[in-house]
Order: sequence, then C-alpha cells, then structure tokens
Amino acid sequence: MLPYLKKYIHEPHEAAPLAVFRIFFGVIMLWSMIRFWSYGWIETLYLEPKFHFSYYGFEWVKPIGNWTYLLFIVCGLASLFVALGYRYRMAIVTFFLTFTYIELMDKTTYLNHYYFISILSFLMIFLPANAYFSIDAKLHPKSRFQYIPSWNINVIKLLLATVYLYAGLAKLNSDWLLDAMPLKIWLPSKFDLPLIGRLLGKEWVHYTFSWFGALYDLTIPFLLLYQPTRWVAFFFVVVFHIMTRVLFNIGMFPYIMIAASLIFFDPKIHHGILRFISRLPYIDKSIFDTGRVYQEIKYAGLKLKYGILVLFFMVQLLFPWRYLLYPGELFWTEEGYRFSWRVMLMEKSGYAQFKIVDRVSGKWFYVDNTDFLTPFQEKQMSYQPDFILEYAHFLKSHFESQGHQNLAIYVESYVALNGRLSKAYIDPQVDLTQEKESFKPKNWILPFNDAIKGI
Amino acid sequence: MKKKWYVYVFLLLGLWACSSDDSDSDDDSGTITDDDVTITDDDGSSVTFDRGVMLANWADNIIVPSYNAFLDASGLLQTTFDTFKADRNQDNLSSLREAWLEAYKSWQHVSLFEIGPAEDDGLRLNINTYPTDSDLIESHIASGSYNFDLPSNRDSKGFPALDYLLNGIAESDAEVLAVFTDATTGDAYTMYFEDVISDIDSRVAAVRDAWQNGYRDTFVANDGSSATASVDRYVNDFIFYYEKFLRAGKMGIPLGVFTGTTASNTIEAFYSVGISNDLFEEGLDAVQDFFNGKHFGSATVGESLASYLQDLNTVKDGTPLDELINDQFNTARNMVGGLNAFKVEIEENSPPTNMLLAYDEVQRAVPLLKVDMVSAMSIAIDFVDADGD
Repeated sequence: MLPYLKKYIHEPHEAAPLAVFRIFFGVIMLWSMIRFWSYGWIETLYLEPKFHFSYYGFEWVKPIGNWTYLLFIVCGLASLFVALGYRYRMAIVTFFLTFTYIELMDKTTYLNHYYFISILSFLMIFLPANAYFSIDAKLHPKSRFQYIPSWNINVIKLLLATVYLYAGLAKLNSDWLLDAMPLKIWLPSKFDLPLIGRLLGKEWVHYTFSWFGALYDLTIPFLLLYQPTRWVAFFFVVVFHIMTRVLFNIGMFPYIMIAASLIFFDPKIHHGILRFISRLPYIDKSIFDTGRVYQEIKYAGLKLKYGILVLFFMVQLLFPWRYLLYPGELFWTEEGYRFSWRVMLMEKSGYAQFKIVDRVSGKWFYVDNTDFLTPFQEKQMSYQPDFILEYAHFLKSHFESQGHQNLAIYVESYVALNGRLSKAYIDPQVDLTQEKESFKPKNWILPFNDAIKGI
Repeated sequence: MKKKWYVYVFLLLGLWACSSDDSDSDDDSGTITDDDVTITDDDGSSVTFDRGVMLANWADNIIVPSYNAFLDASGLLQTTFDTFKADRNQDNLSSLREAWLEAYKSWQHVSLFEIGPAEDDGLRLNINTYPTDSDLIESHIASGSYNFDLPSNRDSKGFPALDYLLNGIAESDAEVLAVFTDATTGDAYTMYFEDVISDIDSRVAAVRDAWQNGYRDTFVANDGSSATASVDRYVNDFIFYYEKFLRAGKMGIPLGVFTGTTASNTIEAFYSVGISNDLFEEGLDAVQDFFNGKHFGSATVGESLASYLQDLNTVKDGTPLDELINDQFNTARNMVGGLNAFKVEIEENSPPTNMLLAYDEVQRAVPLLKVDMVSAMSIAIDFVDADGD
C-alpha cells in the first residue's frame, strides 16, 4: 500500500478526538431533542397537522400518534447513551434509525443540518467511538484502546470538508455573488439586533457577508486541515457560526459545527477536554490510557464494511450533482435541490390556489388550504413542486372520499425568488391528478425565463 | 510567527472580496448606479426604515382614530335608537336605518385590526358574523333570555342581526313598524335591538380603551422582527383579513368560488340590497389607506407598508411593488364599482360572470401581498428552524 495512504488509513491515531466528538455529539443531540419537545414542535409539526408531506419512496413513514413522543424519548436516550459511550453500537444504531425516522415523517421540516445529522450518525455506526473514555471501555478492559486506525478520525474530517466545500460551491452563482441575494432581503430585516442592527441595512454589508460566506465555506476545510492555520480557522468557525446563530433561525446547527470542527485538532486538545470532564466524580481518565492499539478483526464482514463506507462517500460526492440531469433552473424547479448542502441560498415564497373541477358537470370550486395545512406547511408547499403535486393528490382522495367523482385538479400559483417579482409557477392548464411523482423532470413547471449563472 | 502571517492573508482575502464587489457591481449587475451614489451617504445604498415609526403611525394615526370614529358612529346609532324607542314612527325608522348604515360602514374601517385586545375578544366575529340566524334571533326575543358572550350566539347579534331587525323582519316599512309597535311583543323586539347595539358598543369601547391604556405602547415597543414582533404579526393578520374577510367573505363565498354553488344568502347586509357593495368598497378603502399609511380622516400619510417597500427597494432596485399593489387595489375597486348590487349579480346571472371577473381582480392582489410583499419584508410566519430552503 502507498505509504501516504497508509498514514491516513491504517496508522494508529489517538482515539481521544473521536471520544470527544462522540461526547459532544451525544450531548448536543440530547439537548436538541429536549429543545424540540419544549417548544411544542412535536405537537405543532407532527401531531396537529391533518396531512404530512412524504419523501418520495418513504410514504410509509408517518407520525405515529402519541407514540411519536416515545420516538423522541428513545432518540434522546440513545443520544445520552452515545455521549456516555454505553452500549455504544446499539445506541448509535438506535439514534440513526429514530432520528432518520423523525426526519422522514414530514418533509415540510427538511433542513440540511438534519440530513447532516442523519448521515453523520450513519457513519458513526462504523466507528469504534467507544474505544476510549466510555462506559463500554470502562466495563470491558479488553475493548479499551488508546489508539485506533486513523481512518476513523479522517472520515469525519472528510464528511465535514464535503459539507463545507459543497456549501461553498453552491454559493458560486450570480444571485449570491453579484446581487447579494438573498442576504439583501434577509439582513435588513434584522435591524433590531444590538450593535450591528443598523449596519445590516447597508448594501456593502450584504455583499461583504455574501462573499465572506462563500470564501469561508470554500476555504475552511483546508485551513482546518493545515496545522499552522488551524487556530485562525477555528476562530473563523466560531465567529461565522455565531453570526449565523444570531442572524437566522437555524437551531442547533451552529453548535454542532463548532463542536465538530474540534476533530481537526491535535489530540493534546482532546486530552485536555477529557481531563476537564474527568473532574466529575467516578471518572478516572488514566484507566483509558492503556497504550493499546485497536486492531480491526479480520472477519468476513470487514470488506463489506469498507465497501459500505466507500459507497457512502461516493454517494455523498456525486449526489449533489444530480441537478445537472434536469433541465431548467435549479432554484426554480428545485429538482435535485435537497440533500446537496444548498444552505441559505434562496428567499423563495409562493402562493398556490387549488381548483377542483368536476370533469363531467364542469362545476368547480377552490380549496381553502388552511382547512388541511398548517401555515408552515402551506408556506413550504406553495413553492415546491413535489409538495404541490402530493397535496393535489391528497385533495383528490379527500374530495373523492366525500363522494365527488371524476375530479380534475388545477393550481394557480405564483412564486417569487430572490427578490424577483412573483411569476406564474405551475402550468394552470395541467390536471395534477394525471401527473405522477417520479425522478423524471416535471414538465408542468412553467419556465423561469431568467438566468442564475454559476454552479 | 507563522500563525499571524495567515491571519493577514485571510483578512486581506476578505477585504478583497468586499472591495472588489463594490467596484465590480456597476459592470456586473448595475446595482449601484451613479444616481444611487449621489443621493445616498458614502456607504452606498442602505435600508434605513424604522419599523417603530411605522407602528406608531399605525397605532396613533390609524388604528385608535378608527376606533374612536367607530364609537362616535355607534354612539349616534344609540341616540337615534333612543329617539326611535320613544317614538316608533316612519321618520325615526328611516333615521335609525341611516345611523345603522353609517356605523356599519365605519365598522369596515376597524374590522381589519384584529390584533391585541380585538383578537382577545374575537371582535370581528362578535360584531359581524353573517349570515345571521333569524330563527335564533326570533327565539331569543320570544324567550327574552340570551347570553351574548356565548360563541353560539354570534350569529344572532352584531350588525347582521340589526340588518334583519330593520330590513328583513317584514316586507314593508309599515309592517316593520308594526313589529316594533306590537302591543304584546313590540317592546321585546325593541329591547333586543338595544341589547345588540350596546353589545357592539361596549365591546369596541373595551378594545379602544385597552389600546389607550397600555396596548398601544406594547404594540409599538414590539418593533423587532420575528414571528412574535408586531409588524410580522400584524402583516399576517392584515393579509388574512384581505384574503378571508374582504375577498372571500364579502365576495368569494356568496359567489360560490369555494363550493361551486352560489350562495346569495351569505351576502353581507343580506336584507339591504345594494349595501353589500358599499360595505365591500369601504373595506377595500380601509385596506388601501392602511397600506399607504394614510391618517384616518385626513390626507396626510405616514410610514407604512408602502413606504417600507419603497425603502427596501432602494437596495433591491426592482419593480416598485407598492405601485403594483396600489394599481391592483384601484383596478379591483373600479371593477367592483361597475357592478350591480351583489345580490342581483348573483341571483340574476348564471354564472355571475361580471362579479366573478371583479372577484378575480380582488384576488390578484393576494399573491402581491402574500408572496411579493411578505418576501420583500422577510415577514416570519411561524417560529421554526429554517435554513432558507
């Protein structure tokens, strides 16, 4: 094997960074579950809506009534177990499954960072994150290891670098760089922030933030990887994510990213953090410093595991480019938009009025969306074609169950994107009951008739 | 120190990023034109709109004066009624109808402010739920016992109930007078009428008092931007009013656009043919005047949604949205102005094409408000995590 490759894959590396990563990950996830619950979002997002928008192929994933609370409890407990490193493998598998299930219940709540947590927890299933400074390792001296193969650390760095780089590439478009959109819309609305509020109305600030944001995303993985720039990079990580926290409602994402970027540091830092945690009672860090090296047992599944990991990263690297297969403007059609680290790129809003037509009598009426959707669902539905189609099919089955027959459903919709005046969005002549969801281009989306240049 | 060297590189990159876009933007997008530079300060274009000033204008010059004007009208309704009660004759009946109509029109200028104390009371539903339930009204009058605080009694009171008592209870004026002067039941009808008036008056007075005793300051001080800030909340309420009550309630529902079947019985002021058009136009005027920040009962304008849009456009450099919205309001008003009485349009045309066309123009303002304006102002609809996609 090439010596270079050996260094990044097999060479023993301190396990402390992964242990710190595991602890912070578990604690932040537990905190985010509690936060989600305390805001009443389980009720407002999953229990109160009469209808839920499903991901294509995951229509069977739905909120499960009051058992949904149990789902959050299990997910929260799994987070805690991950943090403690107690029955780690089972805990992280449980976390991945429950968290992903929660995210799949309704795509209205889709956020890039939820997706990030899902795939990160999937990756963590394959890592011996409990080898060091965990209850598992304390209980089983045989599985206590101070060193692990370095790939276990590097895959996390690789995933973080992918997220940043793709987020940066996505910003290389004319709306973001040349028009400072959508920050030009969002920043002035934050006029009430202390100290910086008044600055946020200024056009040069909008451009500075746009350019700095793109530059930050594109360079930060390298600055974190390179030892001499690491502290500066970390400073920027903290400043950048605190700014995003202050400016936007992006929940826990800033904390996750700040904590995650610690993985790039020298193990000395992590030992320091763990020593600090060891001040708590019943924790003795020294028992983990065994000097032992974790050896991967050569069993039949090992190749499969490596295969899965290689496939995982190939998918991660290729999936964001799938939009190239679709005609039309990505921001307009959103075909291939999600799961691609396109964060904060669009101020998009819409209006969709559905017309139910009896094909036999020609009689028709309009739907009051508030009868079926929450304001948040209606907002998300009104500018995303797959939502519009799914909702139209829901309306068809709803009104058919009320005895209507031979229904055709049309939508009159308008969408405004990044400060452009609203335009008709879906072809109002197309009967949506005749259209089916698929990965094929949706030819019933009206053309954008404008150009957003760039990646 | 190697470390420091990189700090400078990074900062320089950052500075280059900012400075280059300032100088490049002329070529690239034309966002900063020479005109902009000359009329703004040395920082270039900037949004300087103060939401607090707009909120104060809304509260002090529009909302509270509108409530006061309504209470004047409703006070006049009460005194006119007192005259009628003392002497139930044809002249006094006519005056009472006029006073009722004036108060009803005045109501259209406060109905849109369903926020704060009005929202707590459910004022709009308490005062103007229609169609009114004439059977329920008759049974209340017959029994003499009724509780106007019950939500189930909302369709037996308010202006629509007065409309029934004044215009729907009998065919001719003589017969209406006969109801109120009937030796056995006349006083019961008169008393019910009075109770409805005082229910309206006391509710609105309570709301106005709440505005004057604290809520005004709460409203104006909450000048931030979030789903719970006054501007975000009220803009949502304002659009909700336009969509649900002005567009759907006064036109769409009677036209049957949501059900496929016309329903002229759901017209506002059902018993007074022609008046529903006036009420709609009053409502549209109130909406447009509010949008433009026009002081109540005066031609002066202050900070408003329109001026906010103008200010935002100084950096966006797009189509003047405030003009588009005003144009659309005007088109809608012209179209509705050309119609016969709503009841006639709906009952004598199948389908009521002219009124449907007018409705379409009223409808056309909805996406402008709900999509373009909300998007331009970055109005929050709900508190949830979002990453802008």
